[in-house]
Amino acid sequence: MAGTDIALMAHLMRRAGFGASYEELERRAAVGYEATVEELLHPEDQPNLQMDVLLRHFVDWKQINGLETNQAHWTYRMVNSPRPLEEKICLFWHGIFCVGDSKCMNGRQILLQLNKFREHGLNKFPNLLLELASDPAMVYYLDNQMSHKDAINENWGRELLELFSMGVGMDGEPNYSEDDVKECARAFTGWTVGNAIPRYPFGRHEAMFLYNPHDHDQDEKTFLGETGHWNGEDIIEIIGQQKATARFIARHLYNFFVADEPQVPAWQDTPPRNVEAIKLLEEEYFRSGFEIRAMLRVLFNSDFFKNARFAKVKSPAEVVASTLKLTGEFTRPKPGLYEISQEIRYMGQDLLNPPTVEGWHTGTEWIDSGTLVERLNFAAAQVGDTNTPGVRSIIERLGAEGPSLSPDRLLEGCLELLGHYNLSDDTHSMILDLARQRGPVETGSDEFAERVAQMLQFIVSTQEYQFT
Amino acid sequence: MTNTKKDPVLVVLQLSGGNDGLNTVVPYTNPRYFDNRPNVRIPEDQVLPINGEIGFNPNMREMKDLYDQGKVAIIQGIGYPTPNRSHFRSMDIWHTCEPEKIAEEGWLGRAIRDIDPDKDNVLTGVNFGRGVPRALVAPGVPVASVGNLETYGVLTTIERENQRDEAIELFSRMYSPAMGRGQAVQYLSQTGMDALKGADILATAPAQYSSTVEYGGGSVAQYMRNIAQVHCAELGTRVFYTTAPYNSFDTHATQMQAHSMLWTDVSRTVNDFYQDLKEHDASDNVVMLVFTEFGRRVHDNGSGTDHGSGGAAFVIGDAVKGGLYGEYPSLDDDKLLEGDLHFNNDFRGLYSTLLEDWLGLEAQPIVNGNFEKLGFL
Repeated sequence: MAGTDIALMAHLMRRAGFGASYEELERRAAVGYEATVEELLHPEDQPNLQMDVLLRHFVDWKQINGLETNQAHWTYRMVNSPRPLEEKICLFWHGIFCVGDSKCMNGRQILLQLNKFREHGLNKFPNLLLELASDPAMVYYLDNQMSHKDAINENWGRELLELFSMGVGMDGEPNYSEDDVKECARAFTGWTVGNAIPRYPFGRHEAMFLYNPHDHDQDEKTFLGETGHWNGEDIIEIIGQQKATARFIARHLYNFFVADEPQVPAWQDTPPRNVEAIKLLEEEYFRSGFEIRAMLRVLFNSDFFKNARFAKVKSPAEVVASTLKLTGEFTRPKPGLYEISQEIRYMGQDLLNPPTVEGWHTGTEWIDSGTLVERLNFAAAQVGDTNTPGVRSIIERLGAEGPSLSPDRLLEGCLELLGHYNLSDDTHSMILDLARQRGPVETGSDEFAERVAQMLQFIVSTQEYQFT
Repeated sequence: MTNTKKDPVLVVLQLSGGNDGLNTVVPYTNPRYFDNRPNVRIPEDQVLPINGEIGFNPNMREMKDLYDQGKVAIIQGIGYPTPNRSHFRSMDIWHTCEPEKIAEEGWLGRAIRDIDPDKDNVLTGVNFGRGVPRALVAPGVPVASVGNLETYGVLTTIERENQRDEAIELFSRMYSPAMGRGQAVQYLSQTGMDALKGADILATAPAQYSSTVEYGGGSVAQYMRNIAQVHCAELGTRVFYTTAPYNSFDTHATQMQAHSMLWTDVSRTVNDFYQDLKEHDASDNVVMLVFTEFGRRVHDNGSGTDHGSGGAAFVIGDAVKGGLYGEYPSLDDDKLLEGDLHFNNDFRGLYSTLLEDWLGLEAQPIVNGNFEKLGFL
């Protein structure tokens, strides 16, 4: 099988999932690229994780409340779900439709929201927005239970437009007015929750969405130029048809799956880095009737995607989940999962508890001197352990190539088996110089495993390894 | 007698989980205290009296001694309007000075940027613990975050020393800023070199340090010892930060044992730290802040206390005018706020005092407003 096919598959699996072992890449490459894209786009056709087995080991997963337990659970899913894109799209929406434990204090309610992203995350965008608007954690997070027909609270109405669907503006122009925000908020009066969501002072109870017609503003509203007795569903329908919405979703998908874009607040005045690509995605949004799956099909099958290798800084969740997939650790329940999932937090991404409703800033903003040290030290420790199944497998594969490996082949082989990483010429020659000083290595020798592990450590210490 | 002026240094010890202010500075002659605390109470005869109304928790003997020497300011009734009883959110508010909206920049991140705008020293701010607390976060501000000073550094997780040295040597060549590479890679290179440089400098601290003070074995004690080591090494660090073990002060149950142990540790550690600096003639330019995100419910729950508001903070140091600041919140039923103590003293006033009267910075843009300062400096 051609190395180019596997390299492309490695790229796809890093972006549409959290990476894959070399064996999985070979299997998938044999199936073919487009067929794999199709399989990824239909997670519902794949088996789900067998939770009954897991619950015997992680009894607290039966009723997850705490933030850290939730984080451990999600980390496990990222590493092991047979539906990689389901977890990735969940992370995508979680970074946009932010709800934080710091306000909700009820991890279970956020988990239920994440399950909605898993279930509806690839479907039609307006349907997803409707799920979101009636999600108890979101209603509470943005105070919509405090919005009444005679006293509106604009928080949800504003963020729905600004952060969840249209964005403040595009091509230098605003997308909506302050009046639109107010009218939007009016239309969502009466969208509230039953049972208090926060843990204090009454303890944790599962909340439910409630629509209270007596607290809904029935009067006429004019929203984005359209006048009627709009309720929340009508607003979402109007939003779904906006060019601004197509642009906003297209840019988010591009930023998350293809290449780092400027941060969201800059989008009104900063054009997309690839105008043509965004246009293609926008067209597909309307052509497909607002379907995320259809947009991603275009995206994954495009040249702009295939050529965008290592164009994004890995998020902390990607660093940890992809490294664990590589080492083959935590494919079964075992102690240490909780601790290792906390590494994501140390690297600056406190899952289920984003810093603000704007979510995490991405790209190079993931990196500072503190978080970079965490990334480097984590990855070096993981790939340096020659007892993990993933590292063992790399050692065995390289060992099977012959009685001896040249330094050049040792480096190339490790780069390939990590998922066809590319190094800059400078970095490549620096590592190679070091390897050549040590000369060729006998694959049957005692030092072979360690030479491989050391080479892996060199590679994960590069700037290049911070990119996906 | 001092002829060379030393730069002022701020050390922050965060007590995570919500320290029970009522059992820390105890209103031991107030019958309302005993009414509300049938189970989780400090008996009157055990309190270390400050005056006829309040006294220290009996496990805070060392802090009481420092108080008697005039080195401890007790900031009473501290909090902010519309108290939030979530640990995370309340700590965020203390970190960002934004009770109303969610903000990203930390107050000390801003302070570090003002102290060292050109980033001359990658160690102007140093945190001890894993992950950088939001208080220290501001875009472009380098902050070293040290999980373990003895092993801190780039690639220290590579076990064999010769391999580690080789990898670090390679790292420093790979991350040397090179022309002709993308902006993102250049940024990574610069950050990597900052981290390496910071780690190299920090690594020199333990070797220069020796002390007769023996700290306790807990993580707060060890981190405070690390802070003393780095401070004494005179690496130019102006802001130190560390946190009591994650949420340890969250004493919903069996509080009497847990809280006693916590304060036994913290009180001893604060004093060990102070005596250590004294021994090294390095105490006069250090002020220490001890704070928590909220106090606890006035009425106990049988074996512990639930989340409340209106706690106490401490400022400790040679430069501090010891004594009581702010008012002790009333325990009368009609003065409580949903069963909690009512704050009367905004934490941003405390911060403003530290920023302006100690670090010499303009407080208003850092704490997002003008707040009444306290006279403890």
